This record gives sequence, structure tokens and C-alpha cells, in this order.
Amino acid sequence: MISLQKVSKKYGKLNVLSEVTLDLKAGHCYALLGPNGSGKTTLIKSILGMAIPDSGEVKVANQNIAGQYQYRKWIGYMPQIGQYPGGLRMAQLFDMMKSLRMDVKNTDEELIESLGLRPLMDKRMYSLSGGTRQKVSAALAFLFNPTILILDEPTAGLDPLAVQILKEKLLREKAAGKLFLITSHILSDLDDLVTDTIYLFEGVVRYHSSIVDLKTETGEASFAKAIASLIRTQDLQIKELIG
Amino acid sequence: MKSFVLAVVCLISLQAAARQFTLEGKSLASAINQAAIGDTIIIPFGHYRFGNVVLDKSISIIGKDMPVLDGENKFELFTVTAKNVFLSGLHLINSAFSSSVDYAAIKALHADGLTVTNCIIENSFFGIHLSGTDQVKISDNKINCHRPPESNIGNAIHLWKCNQALITNNFVSGHRDGIYFEFVTQSIIENNHSEKNQRYGLHFMFSHENQYLNNQFIDNGAGVAVMYSHTVTMKNNLFAKNWGAASYGLLLKDIRDSEVEFNRFVSNTMGLYMEGSSRIKFISNEFKSNGYAARVQASCDDNVFERNNFQGNTFDVATNGSMVLNTLGKNYWDKYEGYDLNKDGWGDIAYHPVSLYSMVVERVPASILLWRSFMVFLLDRAEKNIPSITPQNLMDTQPAMKPYDLSAKSK
Amino acid sequence: MIQILKYVLRDVLRARFVLFYTLFLLLSTSLLLQLDSDPDKAVMSLLNIVLLVVPLVSIIFTTIHYFNSYEFILLLMAQPIDRRSVFLSQYLGVALSLCAAFAVGVGVPALLFGVASKMGLMILVGMASTIVFVSLAFLSTSFTRDKAKGIGIALLFWFYFSLIYDGILLWVVYSFSDYPMETATLVLSSLNPIDLARITMLLSLDASALMGYTGAFFKNFFGSGLGISFTAAMMLMWMFWPVQVSLRRFKKNDL
Repeated sequence: MISLQKVSKKYGKLNVLSEVTLDLKAGHCYALLGPNGSGKTTLIKSILGMAIPDSGEVKVANQNIAGQYQYRKWIGYMPQIGQYPGGLRMAQLFDMMKSLRMDVKNTDEELIESLGLRPLMDKRMYSLSGGTRQKVSAALAFLFNPTILILDEPTAGLDPLAVQILKEKLLREKAAGKLFLITSHILSDLDDLVTDTIYLFEGVVRYHSSIVDLKTETGEASFAKAIASLIRTQDLQIKELIG
Repeated sequence: MKSFVLAVVCLISLQAAARQFTLEGKSLASAINQAAIGDTIIIPFGHYRFGNVVLDKSISIIGKDMPVLDGENKFELFTVTAKNVFLSGLHLINSAFSSSVDYAAIKALHADGLTVTNCIIENSFFGIHLSGTDQVKISDNKINCHRPPESNIGNAIHLWKCNQALITNNFVSGHRDGIYFEFVTQSIIENNHSEKNQRYGLHFMFSHENQYLNNQFIDNGAGVAVMYSHTVTMKNNLFAKNWGAASYGLLLKDIRDSEVEFNRFVSNTMGLYMEGSSRIKFISNEFKSNGYAARVQASCDDNVFERNNFQGNTFDVATNGSMVLNTLGKNYWDKYEGYDLNKDGWGDIAYHPVSLYSMVVERVPASILLWRSFMVFLLDRAEKNIPSITPQNLMDTQPAMKPYDLSAKSK
Repeated sequence: MIQILKYVLRDVLRARFVLFYTLFLLLSTSLLLQLDSDPDKAVMSLLNIVLLVVPLVSIIFTTIHYFNSYEFILLLMAQPIDRRSVFLSQYLGVALSLCAAFAVGVGVPALLFGVASKMGLMILVGMASTIVFVSLAFLSTSFTRDKAKGIGIALLFWFYFSLIYDGILLWVVYSFSDYPMETATLVLSSLNPIDLARITMLLSLDASALMGYTGAFFKNFFGSGLGISFTAAMMLMWMFWPVQVSLRRFKKNDL
């Protein structure tokens, strides 16, 4: 569904992505992992066309996305920090987004209801708390029934109840055969959901395999522990490399 | 040659000696031959080709219903050599053109006491050309030439070595100079309208003690230029719309002991330009909407500018030196930004009419393109507060707070 | 794009700044026309507003607006909308509202005082310089993602075109005063949109300044068909070239 071929991106002298090659398939849920500044957000922005790679190509549904924008109708994106025009009321924001997507007849407003946004529709965006804004981002990401969902730190700032609601939603959508690309620091949130892991370190994909392989490889039963063990071994390997 | 008949019209007249004839036939020369001194020949309406007519007898020739006398571009129409000739009501056209001889519609040589009135002169080389002729009266004539610009054209009213001429109510246009004087003295030029002449509306040299009153000089090639004269009086004249590279409302060169009062200088490239001139009083004139209102070269001294209005000019005063030998006082300057705390009608601080920018433009004319730029504004403002380049002493120490009402003119 | 434009317009108008700007223009134009009995002089005084205030307001407001709309732009960029539409609707939204503010602020008093015919060209020139400086503002935003830096660059643009450029021009003309500088001055001043606006207005209002020999040269040029087309072409260039450059940069920049 999404494929990256040797995608590289520099900010000044800093190599944010170097020759990243990935193939993401429908029906899978990918956990994009890595320490801060490892290039996760840049990778996501490259897929969305917000960051433009210096070299390599990104394909979505077998189509090179360079200079394209139509492909984004398949993607729902939940940014790490939702920034919205402060003066707008929440209702106006949703109306505006809908008016920009006249092509979608049946919008998915399930999260608006379940996350309890409906009573807040009159509030202006600047008056909302970070958590509420995050809920808005989540609701917007699912609004137009996308087949690909890219969620950047979806659970950060959400209360446990909301996390649970969101997770259930994710599971349902995953069952419907959608592709997920999720970054998260809170590993436990991703248990039962993730099928594959991508570990990014200093712009390089260090590890990419299915969660089943990961668990056998590390001998850990839970996803979180497996990941922690993975990071440890990665660190060791790197130390060896340096040493 | 056909014979002619003189129909005698006897008028009940106290002057039994003076007779009056109406011309019947083709030769004016023969009629003049027949006439006695003091007689009047009346030319009825018609189109005549008399060739050159020599007036060597003191008689009057009066046109009835503006008869047309055609010089066919070959002849000078009248050559006047007698004294006290009177010409009136004639429509003179197409006098001869030449590059070597000054042909004119009416030429007078030592013909004192000549009167030309109510005539129309069209397409002549010179209109009225007078030399050595005193006490002439040229009035109510319309002198016009339609030749294309740059062609060889003479002056409309041309006087050389004349004394006590009276030139009034004439309309002159399309000639080289509208009114041209050389060595003309003690004359009055009044209520004339001179426009669209190729060179100057009025041009005089070595002509002293003349008075120019209530004339209008509009849109002439180079405006008005007067030189090498003294005791000139100019009052209530209008100098307007003289636009162009070297155009002046009024150019004064080597003029002294003169008065320039109650004149209006409107919309000229340069309202007044003077060099080598002394002891001239400029009083109660109006300088409005000129590029430069007055440009006073350093060669001028002892001139006085008083009670004039300076309004809407790009530059009020320009000069090429730092010496200040002329006096400014009690003028109204619309650019003056001072105050009058004691309410006596005069500004409390002096006005410096020469701006830094005007001196820059003086040196680099192309910089005029920056006129009204914010930068130029700041530059001028800085210079006004700390004068360093502009002549510091050239100032009006008693600027008027309100413009003078100059519509109530004094004669 | 029309949809986005609608939201940008709503956003600009909600900022209320445009309203204040319109009121300011209304008030100052009315005052000038009221105080000066000679409409020509009032128009000349207004020219100073057009040459200084309009560019300043246009460039600063546009820059601030752009940075304040950054979230909005990010939001749109996740949608199937091309960058060109996002950018152009931002540009048009701001340019249209500021132009409208100017047209109303100056035009309405002009109509009320019955000097609309004199002010026609002024309004045209004012709107043109509004668009030029909106364009330049977008150019300055394309250099940086930092709001303070962006406003700094915008101010620099304004300062450069309204003051520094003329200073340099005067200095150049003065230094080379031994050479015929007419054509050079003409070309150099057409490289500054404020100078172009100023000269266009001078030719129609204050011809006396340009009546000298050199002035006649400029007047003949700018008054001729060629000159008018040249001025219009340069002005259009100034309206669209900066925005073209910044659109290209916007398409390539990371958000």
C-alpha cells in the first residue's frame, strides 16, 4: 500500500532519514519506534508530502506521490501536536473540513460522540486543553473513512478512558483491513494491536519485522518487553560498532 | 491696366480739405496717387491683389467690412514712408516670405505718427514691422500665423529704434516673437495677448523706460525674455503655461532699476529667471504652480522680493551660489511651517526658500524623478534644521502667515 | 480553492485589523479632503499615506497573518488539497481584503466629496502597491519559519523600498552626474515599486515638478503609450514575481 524506496532527507548537515526502504501492506498495523529525533515524524511527513525527500521515492497505492495530492484522500492523519486556527469554534472546524471534502458522503463521526466532543462544539479552539485538542485530532483522522491511518503519538496527553476508546476504535478499523502506521512512546498502549515493528535510529531503519518474529527473537511474551529488549540489544550493537 | 473711377462721397464735414473716397477698381496705387494729404480711402469688402502698395502720403485707408488684401506670398502689402498714416479695418494675408529681406504685412520706415487699428493680419512673414518710427499707435489688431513650427517666421509686432509707441489690445500668435523691441523707449504696451509664439511672447533689448501693463503671455515657446534694459515697469501681467526645456515665464538678463509688480506667474517650468540684474523691485506678484518659482543667479544684486505669494511651486527659490545680495521679506510661502505666537501676522522664525533637494536637482537634473520621495523629504528636513549646503542667509525673516489677496490689483 | 479562500477571508476579516485599517483610511482621507480646500493638495497629502502607510500595513499584516495561519495550512496539507491552492487562497484572501479596505477607505470619502475622478488613479495605484507588498510579504515568509524573523525581513523590505533604495539611487545619480543619467534613472526607479507608484501619481497631479528639461524627458516617456505600458508591466511584474518565487519555494519547502 505504501512503499518507500531509499528515501533520504537532510536538515542542514543532519541526516534525518538515510536511504529508508519500507513496504507497508494493508491490514497491518506498524509501530514506528525509535528514540527522540530518530526521524519518525519526518518519515510520516514524507509520506504525507509535507516534507519533501532529497532523494528516493515514496509510493502510495503504487503511485509516486511527488507533486501529487489526491492520494491524501485515502489517508487519515493525526499529528503529534494538533494545531488549529485558534479563532474557530470546534463545530466550524468540523464543518470546514467537511466542506473541503465534499467527495466523502458518509463521514465517520463515531469518535466525536464516543470521545465526548459533541457538547464542546461551541468552544473556540484556543480555549481547549491539549488533551481535548488531541481528541479532535483523532476524530478528524477517522472522519473521512480513510484506508490508511497515520497516527503520530496518538495516546500522548489522552486520559486512560479516551485511550481505551481510541484503542477499541483502532482494533475495529484494523479488522476492517486498514493500514496503520503508529508512533508511540507508551508501548503498552500498542499491545494487541501491532502486527509489525519498524525501529528507526538516526534516520536508518535498524529493525523491521512482524511482532511474532520479534517476540520469538527476544523471548519476551509481551510487546512492551520485547521492544525494551530490542532497544537494549540495539544499543549494545551500536556500542560494539563504535567500540 | 483698367481705368478706375473714384466715386466721390461728399460728407457734411467741417474739414473741407479732407475728402473721403471709396475705392472702385483694382488699383490702390492710383487711388493713392489721386488722393491729397489728409484724404481717406475706403476699401469696400472684397478680395484684392494690389501687390506692394507704397504709402508715401499722409492719408487714411479704412476697410469697410474687412476687405481682404492678398500679398500672394510675393509682395509686402504696405510700405509706409509718410508720417501720420492711418490704417484700419483691413484683413491682410499672405505677405512675402524671405530669408534675406524682412517683408511684412505693414512695414514703416520713419513713418512717425502711424496708426494701425482693428486690422487682421494672417500668414505674414512679419506682421507689423516698424523702424525709426515714433509715436505709433498699434491697437486692436489680430496678428496670426499658421505656418508649421520651425519654419522661418518673423515677429508679429516688431519695433526697431522707436520712441513713444502705444501698443494696446492686440492679439498675437504663431509668430517667432509676439512683440519684439530693440532700442524702443518710453512706450506703453498694454492689454495685449500673446500666445503660442514659436520663441518669445515678448522680447526686448536695449529698450528703456517702457511700461508693460495688463498683458498676457501664455504658452510661448520660451516664454518672455527681456535683456539689457533699465527702468522697465511690468505690472498686472500674466505669464503662464510656458513649459519646456528652456522656458521661462519671465527671463530678465541685465535689467536694472525696474519694477515688477502685481504680475502672475502660473504653471511655468521656471516662473522667473534672472541673471546680471540689479535693483529690481518684485512686489505683490503671485508665483503659483511653477517648477521653480524664481531662480536668481548669483550675478544679481540689490533686488527686493516683498509681499509676493509663493504657492504650489515645486521649488520656491533656486540659486547657483552662496552669496546672498538680494532681500526677501514679508512674502507668503505655502511651504512655511513656522508659527506666529504673538499673532502679529508674521512668522516668528525665518523661512529658507532654497531646499537642499533643489540644489541636488540643479546639479543632477535627472534626480527630479525622486521628487516627493520620503527620502528627499527627510533630506530636506534634516537640512532645514542643520543647514550646511544651502545658502544660510538667503531667507525671509518675516514670512507672512496668510497669502495676500492680490486680486485687488493696484494700477 | 474557492472554499479555502472563503475561510481565509473569514479569518482575515475576523482579525478586525482590516476593519481598523479601513476606518483609519476613511478618517484620514475625509480629514484631508475636509481641511484642504484644494483637492489637488489633499490628493498630494494622501499620496504620502499611499506611499508609506499602505506598503507598511500591507507587508506587516500579511506576514503576521501568514504565520498565524500556519496551523491552518498544516491542517489543510494533510487533506487532498494541493499546495498551490492553499498558497494562492492565502495570497488572494489577504490581497483582496486589503485592496477592498483601501478602495473603501479612500474611495467612499472621494465619492462623498465629489473628487472621485481625481482619486481614481490614486485608488488604482494604492491597490497596486497593496498587492505588491502583499506579494513581498509572502516572499519574506518563504525565507524563514520563524515569525519574528519573518516580520523582520518584511520590515526590511519596506524600509529598503521606501527609503534606502531612493538614497542609493540619489547617491548613484549624484556620483555620476557628469554623465547623462536620464535613462539610467528611469530604469533604476522602475526597479522600485514605490517609486513607480510615486512617479505615476506625480505625472497626473504634480506636473509642475517635472516641467524642466529632464522632467520633460520623463514626462514624455511616462506619458507615452510605451511609457504607460512599461509602467504597467513593471508594476505587474512587482505584483506577481515575488509571489511566484514564494509559491515555488512554498511548493518545495517542508512544512
